[in-house]
Amino acid sequence: MPLPPTIPFIGLTWADALFLLLGGVVLGAATLVVLGRDIIRNGLFLILSFGALAGIYVILGAAIVAGAQVLVYIGAISVLILFAIMLTQSKAAPAQLTFQTQALPAALAALLLGALFAIALGSTPWGATVFADTPAAGGTSGVAATLFGPWLLAFEAASALILAAVIGGIYLAAKVADREEEGE
Amino acid sequence: MSLIAGHLEPYLVLSGLLFSIGAFGFLARRNAISMLMSVELMLNAVNLAAIAFGAFVPELAGEGASFALLVIAVAAAEATVGLAIVIAIYRNRKTPLVDEYDTMRQ
Repeated sequence: MPLPPTIPFIGLTWADALFLLLGGVVLGAATLVVLGRDIIRNGLFLILSFGALAGIYVILGAAIVAGAQVLVYIGAISVLILFAIMLTQSKAAPAQLTFQTQALPAALAALLLGALFAIALGSTPWGATVFADTPAAGGTSGVAATLFGPWLLAFEAASALILAAVIGGIYLAAKVADREEEGE
Repeated sequence: MSLIAGHLEPYLVLSGLLFSIGAFGFLARRNAISMLMSVELMLNAVNLAAIAFGAFVPELAGEGASFALLVIAVAAAEATVGLAIVIAIYRNRKTPLVDEYDTMRQ
């Protein structure tokens, strides 16, 4: 049985309802990441925010980026952050102040930034931007044609950057005694 | 025709709000790992804007997603080195709070 074009009783289309739901989850989870006191919960809400954002990428037709988001952000970066939290939190730390003394100016700066975004968005003519509900413009193969065509140098540079980051991460996180033994 | 999800502006508004939340977290939190998490939120906001432009502007059809993939790779590298630095500092100073890293001020 095909779905009706709009959700009954609400009048929103399915894409609209999904966008509102996922966008609300993204913003709510991000707010909890920033404001919550318990840092482990901050990390878990960060995962929720990344996952909902992957859903929005799917609405936009970028399925390959949604997959990379789940693999890299949720699978790698969030796990790395959770491990780093477990390695660096002493028992006394969470009870203390969560925010710097500059939290109020920081909130003002963030509000100002949001207002600037709103002004810039409202005053820019974006032109005739059309969105096909089904991504007809190549989808993933279009991404591949760009990434492995004109952007090949950037792709290779990213691989070299990741290699350097892995080696640098091992070097920095190793114990100083190990590092000295290695140098002698 | 969908009223919200079929237009460019809602995605850019969401991206701007997410970036502002991340900026507040980066400026206001005391914990170094919280600051790194806020940076990740800001990078995600930029990714969302890039993908939205890629989906709505026909000339940028493949490039928005390619840009987002490269940003994801750079974010992975940044998280690796950043967290390694936090762990290395924690080993010396026994605290993850950035306002207690004041050796160079004294």
